[in-house]
Amino acid sequence: MPINYYIFLAVVIFCIGVIGVLTRRNAIIIFMCIELMLNAVNLLLVAFSKMHYLESVERHVVASTVGTEAQLFVFFIMVVAAAEVSVGLAIIVMMYRNTHSVDVNFLNRLKH
Amino acid sequence: MSITQILFWILSILTVFSALMVITRKNPVYSVLWLIIAFMSISGHYILLNAQFLAIVNIIVYAGAIMVLFLFVIMLMNLNADAEPQKNKWLQLAGVVAGGCLLLVLIAALRETELRNKIAQTGGGSIGLIENLGQVLFKDYVLPFEVSSVLFLSAMVGAVVIGKKN
Repeated sequence: MPINYYIFLAVVIFCIGVIGVLTRRNAIIIFMCIELMLNAVNLLLVAFSKMHYLESVERHVVASTVGTEAQLFVFFIMVVAAAEVSVGLAIIVMMYRNTHSVDVNFLNRLKH
Repeated sequence: MSITQILFWILSILTVFSALMVITRKNPVYSVLWLIIAFMSISGHYILLNAQFLAIVNIIVYAGAIMVLFLFVIMLMNLNADAEPQKNKWLQLAGVVAGGCLLLVLIAALRETELRNKIAQTGGGSIGLIENLGQVLFKDYVLPFEVSSVLFLSAMVGAVVIGKKN
């Protein structure tokens, strides 16, 4: 597939994630939209890795491993996302325990 | 239209539709279920690009572990009714307009890139297989791999400390 299609697909998913973060007030759904944005970036990284691999194959590089690093980066992004989710959900649970709501509008104590 | 193209379009439409459903559903449980469908279709894209290891890890880690964690938290908080209070319609509109502007700017900027004639290889190549990824991971990237275990340990300690009743 042309790389353009993957770029546009990833941009659309990323922007849907941004719109979700801006419009929703539920902390859990905001968190899920962040996961959506991370996945859009992952998809684009994998598509670019396959693009560079195909280029190096076309230049007749035997047994090319160009592009492996991009997929490892995706792997590390997933690792960091898993750690981030565990801490973030703990924070949301603590926030629910203190305010009995997951509405982020209640978290305006820094404003006053 | 080849089978790859048909699969690409089906998966793309499914991904975008389920992403839209994630941000529009009132009930958080439905949002989580639609997000699982979005992750499954992104895994389908990975399989289409022959990144088999990432496809499996995406299903196991994201759709399996992380989404179950989200469902557990929603269940613990008893949020299954639409608990979201009524919010300002204008703020919502402003958010949609801002996100749409970002989409417009990114697409306008990336439409004429020099990459636009390049092809992402689908259904071939061996760099996405576990053998190659493992070789690179345990030869060149073994230090980041070990550091990530420290990251997990600190995340675990942090989650326990934050979640503890004081």
